[in-house]
Amino acid sequence: MMEGVIRFTEMVEEQGMFNVKQTVGTVLCCKCGILMQPNAVNMCAKCLKSEVDITEGLQKHATIIHCPECDKYLHPPKTWLKAQLESKELLTFCVKRLKNLNKVRLIHADFIWTEPHSKRIKVRLTIQKEIMNGAIIEQTFIAEYVVQDQMCDSCSRVQANPDQWVAAVQLRQHVSHRRTFFYLEQLILKHDAAAHCIRITQMDSGIDFFFANRSHAVKFLEFVGKVTPVRSRDDKQLVSHDVKSSTYNYKYTFSVDIAPICREDLICLPPKVAIRLGNMGPLVICTKVTNSIALLDPLTLRHCFLDADQYWRSSFKSLLSSRQLVEYIVLDVEPVSSGVTIGGSKYLLADAQVARVSDFGKNDLIFNVRTHLGHLLSAGDYALGYNLYGANSNDTELDKYRDLILPEVMLIKKSYEEKRQKKRGKPRSWKLKSLAMEVDDSGNGRDNEEKRNAEYEQFLRDLEENPDLRFQISLYQNKDYEPSEMAYVTDGDDVPSIPLDELIADLHIRDAETRPDESEDGDDMRD
Amino acid sequence: MCKRLVARANKLPLRSTTPRGLQFENNCEIGVFSKLTNAYCLVAIGGSENFYSTFEAELADVIPVVKTSIGGTRIIGRLCAGNKNGLLLPHTTTDQELQHIRNALPDTVVVQRIDERLSALGNCIACNDHVALTHTDLDKETEEMIADVLGVEVFRQTIAGNILVGSYCSFTNRGGLVHPHTSIEDLDELSTLLQVPLVAGTVNRGSEVIAAGLIVNDWTAFCGSDTTATELSVIESVFKLREAQPSAIVDEMRKSLVDSYV
Repeated sequence: MMEGVIRFTEMVEEQGMFNVKQTVGTVLCCKCGILMQPNAVNMCAKCLKSEVDITEGLQKHATIIHCPECDKYLHPPKTWLKAQLESKELLTFCVKRLKNLNKVRLIHADFIWTEPHSKRIKVRLTIQKEIMNGAIIEQTFIAEYVVQDQMCDSCSRVQANPDQWVAAVQLRQHVSHRRTFFYLEQLILKHDAAAHCIRITQMDSGIDFFFANRSHAVKFLEFVGKVTPVRSRDDKQLVSHDVKSSTYNYKYTFSVDIAPICREDLICLPPKVAIRLGNMGPLVICTKVTNSIALLDPLTLRHCFLDADQYWRSSFKSLLSSRQLVEYIVLDVEPVSSGVTIGGSKYLLADAQVARVSDFGKNDLIFNVRTHLGHLLSAGDYALGYNLYGANSNDTELDKYRDLILPEVMLIKKSYEEKRQKKRGKPRSWKLKSLAMEVDDSGNGRDNEEKRNAEYEQFLRDLEENPDLRFQISLYQNKDYEPSEMAYVTDGDDVPSIPLDELIADLHIRDAETRPDESEDGDDMRD
Repeated sequence: MCKRLVARANKLPLRSTTPRGLQFENNCEIGVFSKLTNAYCLVAIGGSENFYSTFEAELADVIPVVKTSIGGTRIIGRLCAGNKNGLLLPHTTTDQELQHIRNALPDTVVVQRIDERLSALGNCIACNDHVALTHTDLDKETEEMIADVLGVEVFRQTIAGNILVGSYCSFTNRGGLVHPHTSIEDLDELSTLLQVPLVAGTVNRGSEVIAAGLIVNDWTAFCGSDTTATELSVIESVFKLREAQPSAIVDEMRKSLVDSYV
């Protein structure tokens, strides 16, 4: 019997407790007497609303300040927030502007449409608050904002003086050509380093960049420091000074000096530097300039690198630069040793017999020289080199070497001048973009312009001949280019041209700035 | 007849159609400070005489109105429980108070002091002249005492899940008012137990503590000043007070007697 009882109770417990179904009854609202479900305050919603107003004491009208020029809203005292009408940022901003809202719990907020020109913004807010008896009631109310127009500081400054710049970076390289600046221009375009520039001015032997913000200028300066060996100094000038708030407005200038050593320059190293670099022959050629200078001794095929710091510690000038290159015709080439690869390029030490093109046929002046271009040259080729035999160098460094025997010719590169003559006048299949520069043309005549065009042409040729130079910059397809019928004539030794797959198709977007985002096949960088 | 009377200093109680309610020292929970049954009325000792005079004006000719304290406190409504047969007092009542009450009440009323752990008997026991509802944890002896002294049938119950039945309901021989959250099934069950009509409602502007805001017997009821007109009408209808006078029952009977006489 007992076991029976125990088993029954266990069964009941297993099935769970016996629960009566509870139906909630109705009571009368204590105020208006309508039937309602009982709640914590036992008042119907309407009576409750008339009794209690949880929006009491909350701010329902506010003023916000808006800059019509740049569409920004002022968050006092000084921050300007950019926000579109009816956007999330504007909603957050409007809610933040209401005081006392932290005393209640905000459930939902959204905009009510107002005419844009009405200068009113309406926000509908739903809040919850606890009242007597522990009941929580939810109420919706509308907050109205009056929008006042006022120009923000930066816009007013721009309006007052549109050419006002705050920071300027002045790039200078004291050499007689502008090759570096052409190349630098392309690099800047590729990396978009001059995005924040207000103005770019082309000066004699340099370029000036103007910025509205010191940090932009510093960023640009660091970019330049990464691509060229530079030395810089900065200064500031007081423009205005607010005594009350003790704020000072300055103009910052950064003076940047680029090392005057360029590619293909012939340099005579000062004795100290030569010793420090391990007794490299005093005559070296500069092969590559990035943020460090690569030097190659053509007679021994030794190479080294000079950092910007190292260069500027004991700076030197180049002996001869590419303006002074003279054309030679190669009569005979005899390799001396096996080829060597330095820094990605091959060199082969060879003995060559050359004669100046100007001498050719006129006299029998032949030079026997040692050159590092043995892999490129063969008999009958044209080459460009420095005429040390005929040069009158005024270099103090050279005088320091008492027992130095100078080679008569220093060959630098192969020349494609003959082949270029055939192609003269025909457009290239590729083109380059350029920065929007203001040219400061004071007192320079037409000669300068011709010189500049010639230099630019030379620069383009350089690009064609050197793939590693092209590596860093973006080239675009020239839409006007039509391959000529002559292309079918396959010449063994054709003029080096840039293969099509390296060119980027120009992307045309409605907005002015085009970005080299698309390339024909893969990325140009992944060569 | 249900009354809400003005309790302003030095103002006579008004009998008006828009009454404004009773207060004990500015507190509308009058059920805490007074106890009303069919045979007597107990009132706490207050600072002003207004509270007492209200009851006197209404009830003095019919039943004794006694000013007292229990255990030195004024919350007498919540500490004692009683009906026309008897009155139960907690163990905290002093001998003097006990004697005073015994002297003041009619001899038909048995006054008994009981020893109970739950000493707020007014919160634990709700009764009329026939049935009582008690707290579920009340002692067995107390239950027997209640049945004995008050002459009622005792049921242990909860009201809307609350064990303090004495606070959340108030009933007489004619009807009763319970906690507003009482479910319909509970209402039916209680109604069957008590054998009177019950209604779920509020008092004192939505307050759920019925017994604190309302004291009632078969012909009169008093409410706290915050009670709204809706609540008043509910109370009047459920306790059937609209035409009730102390002699109403007799009058009705007289009519029928006269009829039969003729």
